[in-house]
Amino acid sequence: MFSFLIKRLLQSFMVLLSVAFIAFALFKFVGDPINNMVGQDTTLVEREALAERLGLNDPFPIQFFNFIKGAAVGDFGLSYRHKVPVSQLIAERAPATLELSIISALLSVFIGIPMGVYTAIRRKGFLSRSFMTVSLVGISLPTFLIGILFIFLFGVILRWLPTFGRGEVVQIGFWSTGLLTWSGIKSLILPAVTLALFQMTLIMRLVRTEMLEVLTTDYIKFARARGLKENAVNFGHALKNTLIPVITIIGLQLGLVMAFAIITETVFQWPGMGMLFIQAIEEVDVPVMAAYLMMISVVFVAINLAVDILYAFVDPRLTIDGGSKHG
Amino acid sequence: MALLDVKNISIGFPSRHGMFVAVEDVSLSVEAGEILGVVGESGAGKSTIGNAIIALLEPPGEVIKGEVYLNGARIDNLSAEEKRLIRGKKIGMIFQDPQTSLDPLKTIKQQLVESINLHLRLGRKGSEKKALELLEQVGIPDPLIRMEHYPHQFSGGMRQRVVIALALCGEPELIIADEPTTALDVSVQKQILDLMRKLCKEKNVGMILVTHDMGVIAEVADRVAVMYNSRLMEIGETAQIIGNPQHEYTKSLISAIPRPDKRVRRFPLVTYIEDVVERKEEFDVSTHWLGQSRDFDMKVADDGTILQLENLGMRFQITNSLFKSKRRYLDAVKDVNFSIKEGETFGIVGESGSGKSTIARMVTGLYKPYKGAVHFLGKEISAISHTSEVLPYRRQMQMVFQDPFSSLNARMRVMDIVAEPILFHKLADSKAEAEHIVLDLLKLVGMSDDAYAKYPHQFSGGQRQRISIARALATRPRFLICDEPTSALDVSVQAQILNLLKDLQEELNLTMMFISHDLPVIRQMCDRVAVMRHGQVLELAETEKLFEDPQHEYSQHLLGLMPQLNMLQA
Amino acid sequence: MVDSEMKSNSKWVQFLKGDLWYDFTRSPVAIVSFLTMAVCLFLAAAAQWVAPFDIFDLATLELMDADLPPPWADEYGEDKFFLGTDDQGRDIWSGILYGAQISVFVGLASVIISAVVGVSLGLLAGYAGGRIDSFIMRVADIQLSFPAILIALLIDGVMRGLLPRELHDELAIYVLIFAISISGWVQYARTIRGSVMVEKHKEYVQAGLVIGLPSRIIAVKHILPNVLNPLFVIGTIHLATAIITEATLSFLGVGMSPTTPSLGTLIRIGNEYLLSGEWWITLFPGLALVVLVLSVNIFGDWLRDALNPKLR
Repeated sequence: MFSFLIKRLLQSFMVLLSVAFIAFALFKFVGDPINNMVGQDTTLVEREALAERLGLNDPFPIQFFNFIKGAAVGDFGLSYRHKVPVSQLIAERAPATLELSIISALLSVFIGIPMGVYTAIRRKGFLSRSFMTVSLVGISLPTFLIGILFIFLFGVILRWLPTFGRGEVVQIGFWSTGLLTWSGIKSLILPAVTLALFQMTLIMRLVRTEMLEVLTTDYIKFARARGLKENAVNFGHALKNTLIPVITIIGLQLGLVMAFAIITETVFQWPGMGMLFIQAIEEVDVPVMAAYLMMISVVFVAINLAVDILYAFVDPRLTIDGGSKHG
Repeated sequence: MALLDVKNISIGFPSRHGMFVAVEDVSLSVEAGEILGVVGESGAGKSTIGNAIIALLEPPGEVIKGEVYLNGARIDNLSAEEKRLIRGKKIGMIFQDPQTSLDPLKTIKQQLVESINLHLRLGRKGSEKKALELLEQVGIPDPLIRMEHYPHQFSGGMRQRVVIALALCGEPELIIADEPTTALDVSVQKQILDLMRKLCKEKNVGMILVTHDMGVIAEVADRVAVMYNSRLMEIGETAQIIGNPQHEYTKSLISAIPRPDKRVRRFPLVTYIEDVVERKEEFDVSTHWLGQSRDFDMKVADDGTILQLENLGMRFQITNSLFKSKRRYLDAVKDVNFSIKEGETFGIVGESGSGKSTIARMVTGLYKPYKGAVHFLGKEISAISHTSEVLPYRRQMQMVFQDPFSSLNARMRVMDIVAEPILFHKLADSKAEAEHIVLDLLKLVGMSDDAYAKYPHQFSGGQRQRISIARALATRPRFLICDEPTSALDVSVQAQILNLLKDLQEELNLTMMFISHDLPVIRQMCDRVAVMRHGQVLELAETEKLFEDPQHEYSQHLLGLMPQLNMLQA
Repeated sequence: MVDSEMKSNSKWVQFLKGDLWYDFTRSPVAIVSFLTMAVCLFLAAAAQWVAPFDIFDLATLELMDADLPPPWADEYGEDKFFLGTDDQGRDIWSGILYGAQISVFVGLASVIISAVVGVSLGLLAGYAGGRIDSFIMRVADIQLSFPAILIALLIDGVMRGLLPRELHDELAIYVLIFAISISGWVQYARTIRGSVMVEKHKEYVQAGLVIGLPSRIIAVKHILPNVLNPLFVIGTIHLATAIITEATLSFLGVGMSPTTPSLGTLIRIGNEYLLSGEWWITLFPGLALVVLVLSVNIFGDWLRDALNPKLR
C-alpha cells in the first residue's frame, strides 16, 4: 500500500516534469522573448545584454532548472501582451473559472450518477430509453452550440437570464465570488448548466455501461439465487462494485470540466482563465500559455492522485493481501 | 410425496431462428435427504433445468410446458415476488466458479449475515452466531477470525465452502448445485463433494447435482438422471445406471469413460451421437507425404533417446520491486531430469500449478529455461539462440493444445491454418501442392471433404481439435506434445480424439509427450509416467507399475482420489 | 474447385448471414441513423455539384443579397436563398454544404491517422511488452489526463508561433488534422493493446510460435485481424468527436479561417449576429452540425450495443 502511494507520487512528479518540459520548450522555440519585450529601436548590444540578464544564453539544463524553480513558486515572468506578471493575471481570473467548474462538476456528478444507475436497472423502461436518447443528443451537441442555443432561448427570446459576464462579484480577500449576489448567481446558471450537460451525459452513460457489466456477474446471480430483494442486489451489491471503476473515470472527467470551461467562458464572455488562455493562443502570449498549462496539469495530477488514494480506501483487494492459501 | 417434483417440463429460448428448445419434456423428482445427479455432455440442457427450478433462467428463456412442485405446492406459476421468497429460503443454489460467486467488496460475515437475517430474522447478534455455526459446519478453520475477511483472501476450495455456507443460510430444503467442483483441483474436489454429501444427509436436504463428470456422480449421487440433446434418456439408482445402463446412449457414454482400473487398446465409440467420424481407409506411411524425407541427418541417439531434460528449471517473478530483496519468485519447475525414447508415449500427470505445462513450453521454446538444458535429437536446443539454426529442430516437434476454441485463429480458414506451416517451412514445392497436402491431412484426421473452406467457428470442439492435430502434423514432426488435449472436450468426443492420437502414433511412429491431470486418461495413453507436484518430478515409472504399485506418497494420494466407478462391469 | 467453395463462404456472405446484419435490418434506429449519416456524408462529399452557389467565387456575391432571412420565415427573403444569406451575401445552404465538406474531411482524416497510429502503437506495446510497452503506455496515460481539446488548442498555439500568419491560415486544415489526430490516438492504442494482451496468450498464437513463425508475422497476420473488431465502434464514435472538436476549435477562432469556413467557423461568424436577431446565420449551420454528429453517434451507439454479446 505504502509503496503503491510512493509509486503514484513518483509518477505524478514525472508527469509534472514532462509538462514543465513542454512548457519550457514553448518558451524556447515559440516566439522570441526578446522581440516581445523590447521595441523596434533597441540595439543589438542592448538585446544581447537583456538576453544575458534573462539567462537566455545559459546552457540548456540550467535554463530548464531555472524555469522549474520559477514555476514552483508560480513565477512565469511577464505576459507579452499585458506586460504584467502572469501570476497576477492567473490569480485574478482563477476564482471565476474555479467557481464555474466546481458548480458544473457537482451538477454533473450528482445528476449523472443517479441517472446512470437508473437507466442500468430499468434498462427497458420508457424513462430509461428517453434518458438514453436525450443523452445521445447531449453528447452530439457541442458545448458551444448548447451555449448559443441557451443564449438565444433564455437571453434573446425569453430574456430571463443574463448571457454574459459574471454579474456583481464580492471580493473576499484575494477571492472574488459571484455566489453571494443575486445577479452573480443568475449569471452563473446558464454557463454552469451548459458546461455540466456534456459531462453529465457522459458520466451517466459510463455509469450505465459499468453497472450493466456488473449486473451480469456471477456474484449478482448468486445474490439473486439467495433470494435477496431486487433493491438489496442493486444497491447493496451492484452499486458499490460499479462505482469503484467509475471513480477513476469520473476523476478524469472532472479534469475535463476545467478544459471545457475554455469553451463555455468564450461563449458566455466569462472572465476566467479559459478566456485568458484563448486570447494567449491567438496572440502567441507564451508565458500565459505555459502558466495555464502548468496550472491545469497540477489540478489534473492532484485529482488523479486523490482518486488513486480513494480507490485504495474503498477496494479491499488493494489494501489487504490475498494471503492465506490453505485448503 | 416427493420434496421436488418436476413434471414434463420443456424450456425454450426464442431466437431469430425460431424457438430453441433447451429442455424437452423432462420429468424428475427428488426426495428429502437425497442427492440426484443430473449428468450430460455440454449442451444437453442439464443446467437449464436447475435454473428453471429456481426461476433464474437467463432471458429470454422461458418454461413453455410442464409444472414444478415443491412439497406438493406448484411453484412455477408464482409471481416474481413469490418466487423470490422461495429462493434461498426453500431452494438454495451453488454455482460453478467460487472465484466469481462472492461479492469482492463485502466481508464473508456481511454477506452471510445479510442472507441469514433476510430469511430467518434472527437480528444482528443471532445472525452472527448462526453465520459462525455455518462456517464451522462447512469446515472453515478459525471461523471467528476468517469471517471478517474478504473473498479474495480465501483459496478456491475455501471459497466454495463459503458459497455452500451462503446457500445454507435460509435453511433450504433443496439445493441445486451446478458443476460445484468443476473449477477445483482433484484433491479439493473430493473434500467438497464429501462435505456436500455429509451436509445433505445431516440436514435432510435434497440436492440436485448438475455435472458432466460421471466420476463425481459415482462418488456422491444416490440416483442419476442422464440427459442428452435436451431430453432425459434414463433415470435410476446410481449403481444401476453405471453398472447396468439400459438406454443405448447411456451404454455408449459409460463405455467411453477412460477406465481407471485397466488399460484397453481402443475406446469404444459413442455410437449414439451422429457426428462420429471414423477413418476408414488404410494408410501407408512409406508412400505418404508424412513419411517423406524426415531429415535423417538428425539422428536419434543409439539408446533411442529423442528428448532429454537436464536439471531443467523455470522461475517466474511474482512481485516486482525496486529492491532485489523484496522481489518474490515462483519456481514453477525445479531441477527436472528425464528422457524420452523414440516411439514411446511419455505421460506427465499433476494438479494445476504442478509445472507440467511449463515443461512443455520450455521444450517447445515458448519459454526460455531459467536453468538447465533441453536436448533434442542430440542437440542442446535450449542453448541455440539463432533462429535459423534452431528452426529445423523446432519443426520436428509440434504441440496440440488444450482449448480447441482458442487454439485456432478465428479469422483464418481451415485451409490457411493447416497450410501455413507447410508453406513456412517450404515442405511443398507449390501452393497447389500444399493445398493438396492439406486436403489429405484433413482426411487423415477424420474431417469431411468440405472442411477446408470453412472457418473454425463452424466446427464443434472435437472437430476443431482434429484440425489442430492436422496443423501439428503439417510440419512432419516426429515428436508431438499433447497438453491436456481432451480436457475441454466431452467424454464421448474425448474417446474419439484419444483413439485418433493412438492411431497416428502407431502409423507415424510418433514420439509423444502427453500431459494431463486425468489419471484414467494417462493410464490409457502412456507407456511411462512422471508424477509432478510443485515443479518437481516425484515419481517416474512404467504406467502399469505406477497404477498397480505407486511408490511415492503423493502418487498414492492422487490414485486414491481417482473416482473408482466400482459399479462398472468388468 | 477450391476457389468456388471459398467464395460461397466468403466474408461478405458470412456478414449477410450474420447477426449484425439481421439486427440492422430490424432496427429502425440503426437504419435511419445510417441513412442520415450516409446522406450527410454524400452531400458533403459532393458539395461542388450539389450546392446552388459557389461560395468561394467572390464575383457572384452582391452586397444587396447580404443578411437576407429565409424566404419561408420572412417576407424579405428571396426564393433562391431558401436558408437565407450571411453578412456578405453568401447563400447559407451552399455555405453549409461546403462547410460540412471541410468538417467531414478533417474528421475522417483525423480518425484515419489516429487509428493507424493508435493501432500500430497498441499492437507494438501489447505484443512487445516490457520497456516498450511501459514507455508507450506512460505517454498515453499522461496524454489521456489532458483533454483532447486542450492538446489541440496547444498544438494550434504552437503552430501559430512557429508559422508566419499567412502560411498558418493556408495550412490551418492540416494543423487541425494533426492536432485532432494527435489527441485521439490514445484511445485506439489502449483498446488494441488490451485486446492484444488477451490474444497474445491464446493458444493459436502459441501454436504459431511452435510452428516457428517469426513474431512479426504472428503480430500482424494472426493477432491483428483478431483485435480489429472494436475499431469500427471506436472509429465511428471518434468520427463524431473529431467533427465536434474541429467545430469547437473553429468556433474558438483557432481553426478554419473565415475564407475557407467549416461548420464551426460558420457558427462563429453567425454568433456575432445572433443577438441582433439574425438567427438563421448561426442556427442552420448549427443544425447541420447536430444532424451530422447525431446520426454518426446514434449509429455508433447502436453498433456498440449490437456487437456486445452481453447486451443482446
